[in-house]
Amino acid sequence: MATVSATASRSRRKRLSVGRLAAWAAMVIALLVTLFPFLWMIRTAFSTTRSLPSNPSSLLPADFTWGAFERVLGLGSRAQAIAEGGSGASVNFWLYLRNSFFYAGAITLGQVLFCSMAAYAFARLHWPGRNVVFGIFLGGLLVPPIFTSLPNFILVKNLGLLNTFPGMILPTFFMTPFAIFFLRQFFLGINHEIEESAALDGAGPWRTFFGIVLPISTAPVTTLAILTFITAWNDYFWPFLVGNNEDTRVLTVALGVFRSQTPAGSPDWAGLMAATLVAALPVLVLFFAFARKIIDSIGYSGVK
Amino acid sequence: MVFILPALIGFAAFYLYPTIRGFYFSLTQYNLLGTPKFIGFANFSKLFADQLFWNALWVTVEYVLINIGFQTVLAVGLAVLMDRLTKSTLLRGALLLPWLISNVIAAMLWFWLLDYQIGLVNQVIEFFGGNPTAFFGDERFAIPTIALVNVWRHMGYTALLVFAGLQTVPKYVYEAASIDGSSEWNSFWQITLPLLRPVLAMVLVLTVTGSFQVFDTVAVTTRGGPVNVTRVIQYYIFQKAFGEGQFGYASALSVILFLIVGVLATAQLRLLRSGESDLA
Repeated sequence: MATVSATASRSRRKRLSVGRLAAWAAMVIALLVTLFPFLWMIRTAFSTTRSLPSNPSSLLPADFTWGAFERVLGLGSRAQAIAEGGSGASVNFWLYLRNSFFYAGAITLGQVLFCSMAAYAFARLHWPGRNVVFGIFLGGLLVPPIFTSLPNFILVKNLGLLNTFPGMILPTFFMTPFAIFFLRQFFLGINHEIEESAALDGAGPWRTFFGIVLPISTAPVTTLAILTFITAWNDYFWPFLVGNNEDTRVLTVALGVFRSQTPAGSPDWAGLMAATLVAALPVLVLFFAFARKIIDSIGYSGVK
Repeated sequence: MVFILPALIGFAAFYLYPTIRGFYFSLTQYNLLGTPKFIGFANFSKLFADQLFWNALWVTVEYVLINIGFQTVLAVGLAVLMDRLTKSTLLRGALLLPWLISNVIAAMLWFWLLDYQIGLVNQVIEFFGGNPTAFFGDERFAIPTIALVNVWRHMGYTALLVFAGLQTVPKYVYEAASIDGSSEWNSFWQITLPLLRPVLAMVLVLTVTGSFQVFDTVAVTTRGGPVNVTRVIQYYIFQKAFGEGQFGYASALSVILFLIVGVLATAQLRLLRSGESDLA
């Protein structure tokens, strides 16, 4: 069987060499379209905004400088910022960077802990009404976020939590239907014998979960944590509604403000691109560290 | 029971309760300051007579059609290419990069690339003798531009979803077809697409649902302009609720959005008969 299929695929490959060449060409074009904008982002971030109009299409930075980054991180002087084409308004992305880390980090911690507990209860523990509750939870996937955002805004406002981290974090701190669904799928697949032997040793569900099930589930749990972090990091609408104060502003919201502050006639493109790079970098680093996990999880999570 | 308690609290407080309240608010007049005043279906009758609502709905549908059309075709194409050419994780990772950055960053990046005066795309157009185009500023191009920016961001991710689906198609089916003299092109239409149907149904439900809720890109680039051509429905809801303080009316709009998304998701799953695969 193996040899038959090997010859079959080999003859197929030969016959279609022109087709394969065209296929590779299409793939290369797709890659270029995907990646080139990133290159352009980097190139612009290291340029001097005032030199961009006279040198708009070279691959290398126009008048190389670290100035844009200094401007965005509040390091350079005001005079230098204006000389290079910045608005001179004080921006401090360190603060927004910290806020983003706090916002995304807290959501990730809470959601992963509570959802793994709930997912375990749905997958393995027996209690009355389990399937009904799970069905209702899944129904939550169908409700568009905007629909719950308006009443949640009122709730957060009435609790006096507007422009506070608790107000921003709470709605996704305890659960999202997706996270529970994702982990439940994995817990369903764990061998029953592991829990049975734990029960024989006298371990209750609490100790079985934290002592045995969680430690052998680090792979899906970290995958979920990374996906949750990236999602929270990229959130815009909700933090924009309830946390648009300087003290609680996250990077995505800050970028929107930064863009609206730059003068319409001559935007500080280098500054904008440096700011987007600063905002994108943590997630890109996370991605490069866990690339295989993230890539493999897509499909498992989305389709299954 | 302790296991489920935190999630249950979170669900009750931030999913169930706001969903019920959302329906209630849609039947009230509420300006955020006072208390909601029950007015029955007045918001809905007002809504059906609201030109801007119909405009927002139409603009959103236009966006979804362009966005989903291009995205789905490109993603299926890319997924098949990956499946036939290479299973390289590096390549898949590269295609996934745009999905990792936020909508806001993608919007900002393309806002720069497509800038009227010194954006790279217009430089290239001029180099080939064309006229520069105001992609975000021209009424004809604003919605297609925003739709394509988001195709750029989601194409790789969607391709990976389809790619994962392709892995469930057993290789012997292709080999049998190839021995029977089926061309690669025929195999795609006769085998790949039919067997991929359940996966495509799920992918379409996910992407169409998400696409109807476009907001971020509009909020940081055009803000609904020029002349309402990019005022998508979620942006209109946002403006009504927070710009004009018409919270009840905004809730009625979001009920409509909810219904559209729900009906579409159900219809898609039915039409594409996602439950059953032809393989079984």
